[in-house]
Amino acid sequence: MIRLEQVTKRYGDAVAVDGLTFEVPEGEVCVLIGPSGCGKTTTLRMINRLIEPTSGHIFVGDRDVMSVTPEELRRGLGYAIQSVGLFPHLSVAENIMTVPKLLKWDRKRMEERVEELLTLVGLPPEEYAGKYPRQLSGGEGQRVGVARALAADPPVLLMDEPFGAVDPLNRERLQTEFARIQRSLRKTVIFVTHDVDEAIRLADHIALMRDGRLQQYATPEEILDHPANKFVHDFMGADRALKRLGRVRVSEAMRTAVPSLSGGRSPQELSTRAACADTRFVYLTDADGRLEGWFDCHAVEIGTTAEDAVTLVDWRDDAVRPDTSLKEALSRMLGHGYRSIAVTDLTGHLLGDVAFSAVEAAMSDSDERMAAAHDAREGAASDEGSVPE
Amino acid sequence: MALAAIAYGVVVSQQGWWVAALTRLFPTTTGPVFPSATMADLVLRHLAIVGISSAITITIGIPLGVWVTRTSGRDFRELVAAGVDFGQTFPPVAVLALMMPILGFSIRTAVVALSLYGLFPVVSNTVAGLDAVPPAVLDSARGMGMGKWRILFTVEMPLAARVIMAGVRTSVIVNIGTATVAAVVGAGGLGDPIFAGINTQNLGYVFQGAVAAALLAVLADSVLAQVEQMVTPAGAS
Repeated sequence: MIRLEQVTKRYGDAVAVDGLTFEVPEGEVCVLIGPSGCGKTTTLRMINRLIEPTSGHIFVGDRDVMSVTPEELRRGLGYAIQSVGLFPHLSVAENIMTVPKLLKWDRKRMEERVEELLTLVGLPPEEYAGKYPRQLSGGEGQRVGVARALAADPPVLLMDEPFGAVDPLNRERLQTEFARIQRSLRKTVIFVTHDVDEAIRLADHIALMRDGRLQQYATPEEILDHPANKFVHDFMGADRALKRLGRVRVSEAMRTAVPSLSGGRSPQELSTRAACADTRFVYLTDADGRLEGWFDCHAVEIGTTAEDAVTLVDWRDDAVRPDTSLKEALSRMLGHGYRSIAVTDLTGHLLGDVAFSAVEAAMSDSDERMAAAHDAREGAASDEGSVPE
Repeated sequence: MALAAIAYGVVVSQQGWWVAALTRLFPTTTGPVFPSATMADLVLRHLAIVGISSAITITIGIPLGVWVTRTSGRDFRELVAAGVDFGQTFPPVAVLALMMPILGFSIRTAVVALSLYGLFPVVSNTVAGLDAVPPAVLDSARGMGMGKWRILFTVEMPLAARVIMAGVRTSVIVNIGTATVAAVVGAGGLGDPIFAGINTQNLGYVFQGAVAAALLAVLADSVLAQVEQMVTPAGAS
């Protein structure tokens, strides 16, 4: 649990953070968002005392952060930043061991932890433990940064645009992985970003700030549906229905029983083998069930050659994972011009697909859910109002 | 490199070789070999002057460079930079001349002058090396709960080591050359035959001192280049 009470930071006459009060329950992700200079990073850095507040109190658990030394405080708060800041002269393993070393863990325990964490963030330990930061790609560096922040298993994670410096495709993957990791670890996370979609996707609560003041602190649904003021409304953007899709995972809208064929794929063979009876596309996989492409039955019917009816794809780019957000799946569909998109697991095995119509359905679903929630609240409010004196 | 050092040692310790070589090179000069000391003595004396003054330069220069990049010394950064810069600009002969009345006609005068003269590359490279440590690295080090001394010794110094060592290398090389001037105040070393040769128009003496000093500088450069490689951590090159 993290609680801020009337936290203010002044630099001379300028007020960076002004009377901020909110509370993040244990195991939740709170995303701090707002335009540049709104004080979101300052707020984050006051929690681990990289910046000292001018006034107010910050509690982590039930301990005032000012009651311990900054070093001791920080060793209990995972810290990951946009520019990652890996130590260039230390290997990936040694980087991850930074805090455990400060806490004087024994060597064996540290090595086990490194292995565990690299596996968790999707980097095979035998390949990555000995590498140096300059041998890593941007996305790999960010993953190591997250692993390092998690090293001593702190209950709290402070993350300052941890996925800000990577390309959109990699960012989406990192977000998906973060969401997966967070579902199992249940850390209390303060996450700074300026990316509205990222906030909606990852947050349990969003704290929207402007000029050092809190504009609204609410769940993503609430903030999209009931913006507290015009600024919140404008900042969150107009495409709210679309943004809500960022909250829905592909696994919630996917069709699992999809027609597929594995093994030998000579086009002639396919046109006879493909079960085209009641479907237009048949997915093609290798012998292990990894997605390789699809076969268009319709194209065969209208006389295209079997060769042309086969589309070969790379599952990494042309399919989504069950944890991907529907918003991302939709944007991939639109980007490729597909009516549906295949779903594979992390190693490319075909799991099913998501159709455009399923996305539409999810969109109206969430509209209804919102409306229902809205009505319930209105109802409660009017009940209160009608209590006789 | 070790081989080069041994070769140099052998060459300067064989007084006979120098006599033979110099007699052949300067056949018209009578007694082309510096008579007051053997080559080995001159080189050892020179190494002592350089060694002591460089050691002082390094023990003052590196901590000074570190200090002006800390919060406590930040205000003195410009001052130190200017002072050290001035020390480098000031001709070493002039420093020697000014020191003489205070410290007398001795090796001490030479060591003080040379130590001051060599500070510039050490201090400025220490500052440059520490400045080049990426701010994100320092931020994450602090954010993970490392204390400032631990950050200095386990993060900043290793990352700056290569640049600092390059400064030390420059300083020592320049020192080897400049130390010949120390003969003026009676400190001895390879400057002795050079100045004696100039005074008596004996080119053999000059050649003897200059060649030995030049070879010493080349040797020191390759030794220190090796050290530079050694202190550069694996991932930081």
